[in-house]
Amino acid sequence: MLTLAIFLPIAGALAIILLPKEEEHRAKVIAAAVSAVVLALVAFMFLDYDRDKAGYQFINSTTWLDSDFSTLRLKYAVGLDGLSLPLALLTAFLGLISVLISWRIELRPKEYFGWLLVLQTSLLGVFSALDFVLFFVFWEIELVPMYFLISVWGSGNRVYSAWKYVLYTFFGSALMLVGILTLGFTADTFDIRELARIGDIHDAIIPTWAIFTLIIAAFLIKLPIVPFHTWLPDAHTDAPTAVSVILAGVLLKMGGYGILRMSLSIMPDVARDASIWLAIIAAVSILYGALMTLIQQDLKRLIAYSSVSHMGYVLLGASAIGTVGLTGASMQMLTHGLITGMLFVLVGMVYDRAHTRNIADLSGLAPRMPFIAVMMVVAGLASLGLPALAGFVSELTVFLGTFEKHEVMTIAGVIGIVFAAGYILWTIQRVFWGAPDPRWESLADATAWWERGPLLAMTAAIVAIGVYPAVMMDLFESGVTPIAQRLG
Amino acid sequence: MEDINRFGPELALLIAAGLIVVGDVTLPMRGDARRAAPVTLGLAGLAVSALWSLLLIVADERGNAFEGLMVVDDFSLFFNFLFAGIAAVIIFASVDLLEKSRFRAEYVALVLTSTVGMMLMAGTVDLIAIFAALELQAISFYVLVAFYKDGRSSEAALKYLLLGAVSTALTLYGMAYLFGLSGSTNLNDIAAFVAGADSGTRPALVLAAVFLAAGLGFKMAVVPFQMWVPDVYQGAPTPVTAYLSVASKAAGFAVVMRVFVVALGHGLISSDWSNMFAAIAAISMTLGNVAALAQSDIKRMLGYSSIAQAGTFLIGLAAVAANDPQLLLGTSSVVFFLGTYAFTNLGAFIAIIAISNKIGSDQIADYAGVARRSPWLAAGLTACLLSLTGIPPLAGFWGKFWVFNAAVRADLVWLALIGVLNSVISAYYYVGVVLRMYTQEPASEEAFQPSPYLGLAMTVAVVGLVAVGLYPAPLLDASESAAAVLG
Repeated sequence: MLTLAIFLPIAGALAIILLPKEEEHRAKVIAAAVSAVVLALVAFMFLDYDRDKAGYQFINSTTWLDSDFSTLRLKYAVGLDGLSLPLALLTAFLGLISVLISWRIELRPKEYFGWLLVLQTSLLGVFSALDFVLFFVFWEIELVPMYFLISVWGSGNRVYSAWKYVLYTFFGSALMLVGILTLGFTADTFDIRELARIGDIHDAIIPTWAIFTLIIAAFLIKLPIVPFHTWLPDAHTDAPTAVSVILAGVLLKMGGYGILRMSLSIMPDVARDASIWLAIIAAVSILYGALMTLIQQDLKRLIAYSSVSHMGYVLLGASAIGTVGLTGASMQMLTHGLITGMLFVLVGMVYDRAHTRNIADLSGLAPRMPFIAVMMVVAGLASLGLPALAGFVSELTVFLGTFEKHEVMTIAGVIGIVFAAGYILWTIQRVFWGAPDPRWESLADATAWWERGPLLAMTAAIVAIGVYPAVMMDLFESGVTPIAQRLG
Repeated sequence: MEDINRFGPELALLIAAGLIVVGDVTLPMRGDARRAAPVTLGLAGLAVSALWSLLLIVADERGNAFEGLMVVDDFSLFFNFLFAGIAAVIIFASVDLLEKSRFRAEYVALVLTSTVGMMLMAGTVDLIAIFAALELQAISFYVLVAFYKDGRSSEAALKYLLLGAVSTALTLYGMAYLFGLSGSTNLNDIAAFVAGADSGTRPALVLAAVFLAAGLGFKMAVVPFQMWVPDVYQGAPTPVTAYLSVASKAAGFAVVMRVFVVALGHGLISSDWSNMFAAIAAISMTLGNVAALAQSDIKRMLGYSSIAQAGTFLIGLAAVAANDPQLLLGTSSVVFFLGTYAFTNLGAFIAIIAISNKIGSDQIADYAGVARRSPWLAAGLTACLLSLTGIPPLAGFWGKFWVFNAAVRADLVWLALIGVLNSVISAYYYVGVVLRMYTQEPASEEAFQPSPYLGLAMTVAVVGLVAVGLYPAPLLDASESAAAVLG
């Protein structure tokens, strides 16, 4: 079933490509249907997951590459555990939303929806892969659709941004590949479960800390951390709305997931030694990202920098190398995905109507678009970490988990939250409740079902997780506990 | 009869070549039929040849032929298919070129005879036969390189001929040493001699190995026997360049594997030639990639890149020398890599033929904005270049992956590291071409399409490299059974 969920989007993409030209308006219908089925499949697995048993479930495993002369086996092996299952659910959820909010795409719709679906396959694959080489293959496939989506359907300096994104990721991947190969050839397996069982290897040709650094470099660039974050504001700003949503909502989580699943879990000894460095990097990212939000003129760049700051909490939680911190980190990935995804949807709607994202130009939009304004406030408050909304739980857990271990860095993190979130609220206040500007008299509110539906669904998810976090928290906890035990 | 049957795949090609040449001067055909005849006959010959190879497998007709001069085994059969496939793609890619030429029949016949030569290079176990096969292949290629008959093409051919003659002489020297020492030209007899040789013969054996490596290094196009590559690649008709870069190189490696792994693999000097190949590999990769960085002509760039790629194959050969399982792992990794490389490099060259035909230039600078004018060609070339870089899930990734695997297991981690670093260097110029196609403004907005033949050949290559990239197991199995023969 998991394999079906992973590859169904690719099959859908093929179906879309084969559509005749005059039928191309059906592309979005196919994409939506396929995404809905994928979401249903993943949701079913979410409900069906045996929480008492924990560990990987829904495993599909078969030999992928097998050699007579070498003990090395590569497997096509996928499975989900408490850590990856909620992230897969997030991917499928935002996947459907990204298709819906693209309902009005007129430019080459076949290719657009095709690439969106390919992107879904690669993302689901990254979160489900149980073989490090398979993980890497999915990790790389994601570059192709992202490149085309940003460079063809983006705005502004889109080609430059697309290349910057690809080159940054690619640079990280090259380092990671060297690390993966050294690790796998030395341990004689690429199976993530096996690698985690073996733990740190010490007889590799390069020191273990070097392997650790090579692999985590790719994840840190993806997360991203300062100073390797500059691709993010560019890519976000120039990407089409739906791609910004996926980028902020899911792609950044590939980095966080990689750190938890690969770096911490496979090389716990090095990770313990490195944890203070990770905490420092995290604190720097949180503070720098937060400060940078203060000087942004563009709504999307503002949210992009707040993402840099928020993803810092993921790393901060990971650096705590304890169950609470890791749970917080994974919760933060989930809630940030929902909240920031929602913010990007809203900003995209404002941009579609006003054709500008310049904060100084926008003013007094609330009377024109009350629905968007209300949604914006909800998302803004969630981003701030208001109790009873999703963001609060995850940030609190991160701080709880980290405080003991890295006191100073945690305090720095708490300061960061005040800056970024406060500024977002202030911006919302100016943009929506400032003096009404006659230029925006004629703007319409979000009324279409494909606009309201996604927003309401995201709000529901944010409130649900905020009120009853245990539904995700317990799952994450069961997923990170084995990792924390190895680190213990 | 049994001998003839085992010689069948080659025989079919020889007959086809003969028919083409004779038919061209005797048959009273005119117009389109006359133009199409050589190509059709050539492809038919290749199809029969491949079918015959298939029948040999089905009937399990593996074994020696002509008193042990020739052998049909999984190794030779692998290369029979590989060379027949490459030649078919090359003929397809040459259709446009042949439209403009009077010498269609000769061209196709030469492609077929060179294919016979290369099949025999992989399928003979006797030094004399190997030498004859080498010459058959080389002479066919000398003429093909000169096919344009313009200044640059002729210069390239002359250069290729002169350096080729020197390399032939070196190969012959090496063979003469082996014969003089062992008293036999049969590789298995030589292997038996080497296995039991005392240390006094070591200097002579090393000398023979060096001569052979130098002579065959010319075919493999590795440093320091690569001087001809850029000029010949640039001057020859592009389909011939593609043919040289893929088939001739593969044939060179096939002979090297036969001679070194079978005859010199066990015993006295195996670690000597392993070290030698490791050094050549490191130097070839590094020099090839660094030189490729500076090229402005895309054919020259691919020429240097092919030197670097050959260096990567050699990593696998260097990994052969350790103990027995490594022997097979190293060899199989080279065979596998040759298979993936065939798809990749053919695809790249076909895309270049198609693009250069239309924009009238081989300069990388003129590839600006090709993506906007011909999105499918640009996407195909991108796939090939990324596969050459070694990015999953394309075929080239697995080639490198398996070669590095062999190296690491043979304790040649330093060599694998140099290989990985070189992949990073190579990404710079491969991706540079992609960048130019996608990000720069085209000189004109006029859209263009490849001719149907080129389009078909291109599709075959790209589908192949993606298919192998997603599911490499069948090709790997085939290369492993091919390599198992040499054990």
